Amino acid sequence: MKFAVIVFPGSNCDVDMYEAIREVLDEEVHYVPYTESDLSYYDGILLPGGFSYGDYLRSGAIASFSPAMRAVKQAAAEGKAVLGICNGFQMLLESGILPGAMKRNEKLKFMCRQVELEVVNNETMFTSLYADGEKINIPIAHGEGNYECDELTLQRLMENKQIVFRYTNNPNGSVASIAGITNEIGNVLGMMPHPERAVNDLLGSADGIRLFKSIVKSWRENYVVTS
Amino acid sequence: MVKVKVFVTLKEGVLDPQGKAVKGALHSMDYFEVSDVTIGKYMELTLEENVNIKERVQEMCEKLLANPVIEEYHYEIEEALQR
Repeated sequence: MKFAVIVFPGSNCDVDMYEAIREVLDEEVHYVPYTESDLSYYDGILLPGGFSYGDYLRSGAIASFSPAMRAVKQAAAEGKAVLGICNGFQMLLESGILPGAMKRNEKLKFMCRQVELEVVNNETMFTSLYADGEKINIPIAHGEGNYECDELTLQRLMENKQIVFRYTNNPNGSVASIAGITNEIGNVLGMMPHPERAVNDLLGSADGIRLFKSIVKSWRENYVVTS
Repeated sequence: MVKVKVFVTLKEGVLDPQGKAVKGALHSMDYFEVSDVTIGKYMELTLEENVNIKERVQEMCEKLLANPVIEEYHYEIEEALQR
């Protein structure tokens, strides 16, 4: 499977993401600059965390107008796997690929620690290797991770099983303790916690590995076997 | 040239953690008459004169300057600046 890690001015989790794919998954992975407008070579698109464009205006707002994000929109519409972590999640929200918006954490503090998540839906291409309702440990590192959406959107997210991860102890004030959601079709996942920082016990947790392995498994089942 | 002042605030009903913190501080200073604080953004745009200035600024606000999911905006167009 061929992965692209999109690098924006200010990305700082791009290397973690790249290494998680290369070392842990042993899949093909490339850094792709934000100026690239053609992502057709890749099967999976990864939007890393960081502070794209210095988080000016709103986190992810300026990045969402880059050529790469236009290509990500297209890839998402084509059904390719798109994963946005932290600032990547914020970009997916700002570009309208996922519903909702991010506000500053309820307690206005930047938080950087391991948190417990509940796998709310294990029937997605990102979570098939987790058990339903499983509790996993993944670190967070954000100041603006307070997910907000209107009631109608929340209702839709729940009805369509788009809420994939919830915090067991809501650290930032997010509506319905939401830590990660997918789009309606399920090929785009945005989450605030960093699974790429939880791929080795030395890092405090290896619970993030199965997320990446789930993507590859789904891709192999859907594309490799049939072609 | 025309100067446009753009004000972006959180929509009513969207909890504003910064505003809440500032309100708490004002109360701790005994300014109990303050019943609410909202913190927003103020931007100044200097534009070339354009017949569709309102339409253009509104578009900018909706596309980039404000996030319509949680924010609302208003703007004021100032008299033409000196050339």
